[in-house]
Amino acid sequence: MSSERSDILLEIRGLKVEGFTDEKWNPIIKGIDLTLRRGEVMGLIGESGAGKSTLGLAAMGFAKDGCRISGGSIMFDGIDLIAASETEKRTLWGSRLTYVAQSAAASFNPAHRLIDQTVASTVRQGLRSQSDAVEDAKQLYEALSLPNPDTIGDRYPHQVSGGQLQRVMTAMAMSPRPDLIVFDEPTTALDVTTQVDVLLAMRKAVKEFNTAAIYITHDLAVVAQMADVIKVLRYGDEVEQAETREMLTNPKEDYTRSLWSVRMLGKKPESSDDIVLNIENVDAAYGTLKVLENVSIRLPRGKTVSIVGESGSGKSTTARVVTGLLPPLTGRVSFNGGDLPAKLKNRTKDQLRRIQMIYQMADTAMNPRQSVGEIIGRPLEFYHGLSGAANEKRVIELLEQIDLSEAFFDRRPSELSGGQKQRVCIARALAADPEVIICDEVTSALDQIVQEGILQLLMRLQAENGISYLFITHDIATVAAISDEIVVMNKGKVVEQGSKDQVMSPPYPDYTKLLLSSVPEMDPDWLTRIAAERV
Amino acid sequence: MTETSSYSAAAEVGNVRIRRTRTQRIWMELKKAPISAWIGMIIVLFYAILSIFAPLIAPYGEAEIFAIPFAQWDSTHLLGTDQIGRDVLSRLIFGARNTIGIALATTVLAFLIGGGLGLIAAINRNWVDQLISRGVDVLMAIPSLIFALMLLSIFGSSAGSLIIIIAVIDSTRVFRLTRAVAVNVAVMDYVEAATLRGEGLGWVMRREILPNIMPPLVAEFGLRFCFVFLTIASLSFLGVGIQPPTADWGSMVRETAQLIQFARFDMKAAMTPLIPAAAIALITVGINFLVDWFLQKSSGLHDEQ
Repeated sequence: MSSERSDILLEIRGLKVEGFTDEKWNPIIKGIDLTLRRGEVMGLIGESGAGKSTLGLAAMGFAKDGCRISGGSIMFDGIDLIAASETEKRTLWGSRLTYVAQSAAASFNPAHRLIDQTVASTVRQGLRSQSDAVEDAKQLYEALSLPNPDTIGDRYPHQVSGGQLQRVMTAMAMSPRPDLIVFDEPTTALDVTTQVDVLLAMRKAVKEFNTAAIYITHDLAVVAQMADVIKVLRYGDEVEQAETREMLTNPKEDYTRSLWSVRMLGKKPESSDDIVLNIENVDAAYGTLKVLENVSIRLPRGKTVSIVGESGSGKSTTARVVTGLLPPLTGRVSFNGGDLPAKLKNRTKDQLRRIQMIYQMADTAMNPRQSVGEIIGRPLEFYHGLSGAANEKRVIELLEQIDLSEAFFDRRPSELSGGQKQRVCIARALAADPEVIICDEVTSALDQIVQEGILQLLMRLQAENGISYLFITHDIATVAAISDEIVVMNKGKVVEQGSKDQVMSPPYPDYTKLLLSSVPEMDPDWLTRIAAERV
Repeated sequence: MTETSSYSAAAEVGNVRIRRTRTQRIWMELKKAPISAWIGMIIVLFYAILSIFAPLIAPYGEAEIFAIPFAQWDSTHLLGTDQIGRDVLSRLIFGARNTIGIALATTVLAFLIGGGLGLIAAINRNWVDQLISRGVDVLMAIPSLIFALMLLSIFGSSAGSLIIIIAVIDSTRVFRLTRAVAVNVAVMDYVEAATLRGEGLGWVMRREILPNIMPPLVAEFGLRFCFVFLTIASLSFLGVGIQPPTADWGSMVRETAQLIQFARFDMKAAMTPLIPAAAIALITVGINFLVDWFLQKSSGLHDEQ
């Protein structure tokens, strides 16, 4: 918690940052004040585009390419970071100011060992000798609960898991014993079970060295565990700031309250005996690596079955078996009572039409060189033979169904926001007029509020068209919101399948319990409690 | 901050950019083009006009023979005549047509073969890929000029065999590039989505992958055209390329090469072999300017700042 020495480490006044888009400078941050004391952790929260990453970087006196700091002041421990020259700032970066990026995998150099990268800036800044820094890094690895702290540094980035890499990156940021660390969504890309470990390690390290930190995230429950103070941002403006507990119990602004309410979306689970898709005793492998073992899942017509589990549990592989991309070794998939050919090329056009898929990354699921009209129009032409004006008319109807309008017809995917892209992907799946849609982590790349919109759309389409969803996700909150039935998977096996109420209430199998308890709760003491329980 | 749940997907991106028509966009790009790109465009346009309208522009026929061989530069023969008395200027103009035409045909054919196989290899990634790739490795292991000389002496140097042989040899380079860039696109979700939809190989190649790998391919097309051009010129210089009486720049250099020895007596006549050589150099430079511009535009690499 905030230290006795309450002197101010970082003071930002009236900060303005602009970005260059569409051939003019547009404001990203519109005059924000921020005060951070030594040893204090501040959480910055907001949707994407709120300016939280830009503010985090500006706190280090840095503006990304195509951005510029256009007003205000940034004082870091008596140093004016706006007036400081590049050389002055460079001596601060990597020694007193450090940064932990969202994607650790993309931030490490794959050609160097972890230990060398961990100590690189400390040694180069002349803070410690190489051998000293290496010894210290090993202690940091231990403090961050990395396995084999003495030898893990000899590995290359691809030889450790994502959660471990994120902790090594935290060690790298801690190595020079900085005054301030900026964490930019450090756990967003991790599984819930891994996230707990990383959060615990980071919190412990920050406390131990009394480092001040700015923690950027869009997940309120996560920030509640880490921060002393929370600042909510929207459209480059501050919405409100308060002590964590105060903020959670008594948010003043409606917008802040709406960030909570997303998790309140709910659906009454129903079951049905009319099975549309039946996966029976499926084994599957990539080469010799077995990834699915005796998996059986039943999808009732017009209902939603969620498959949950961490990465590597076989969720997406199950989807590949259903779509025919990966023929199973044994077992069968039946559809509407009849056998579905194992291989994609043996399936008829009609069978393909009835099972559609929506992907996690809407960015890569749409051809950047095709317009929205072409993307949605192609399945109409391909499956239903619609062309010309009839095709265009139907595309516009579909656009309206997904709450977009005719104005989007000629746009390219790059001209859409994340939520809009995912909507277009949904429309493309709808265009085929399917019976089953496989949703592979469709909301995990989106902000909470946009997520809610997408989930509501999916639920509405189900009610209108009687579509069945096979919903693959690692996000328990989403599962709780939309499922009728839940399948828990771990290491290629089905741990449990049952109705939502049955799976989400005790008694749990061990794995289900671990998974459910790892979901961050809106309670600042949750992480402490979990840590105590798991010792 | 009162509006909270009034979320609307359509309103999310507020200020929509004005959509411009294709011609407007092309014109905007042209206005921003650097001076080197303009020089390149003018050169290429000049050569294109020359080769298309050769019979109208040239003062004499391609194989028309006059009484005096190695005539001096004067008003009847602006650039003199060659060793058997043909007008050099006319042959230069017809040469543009032959050399550029053959080079263009060869490059297009090389891209059809190499690009098509490259796409198939990138999509299939199985024994088909292995078979084609290893075959290409074997072809690339043989020095291309020597290989071309050998094949030309086996099949004879007609324009047709010249085009086919150089196209096949050059298609190996095109194959390598196409496969390399297409492999990255072939693993994208939208390609998988198209496969799941049941689309055939042709659609996936042409509509899903090809548009996304166009920039490097177009750049390669420009460079490849230059190389083919130089290869044909070198082969003609060696005497196995384009055969007389068809005019082409490579053989023109060879035929009038001896004039260079007489530079002491007649400076102008000594320049005669250098003019077709300069014509080759100029179009190579022009095309490279254009390719540089295109590469800079499509790769996002910018010199300024």
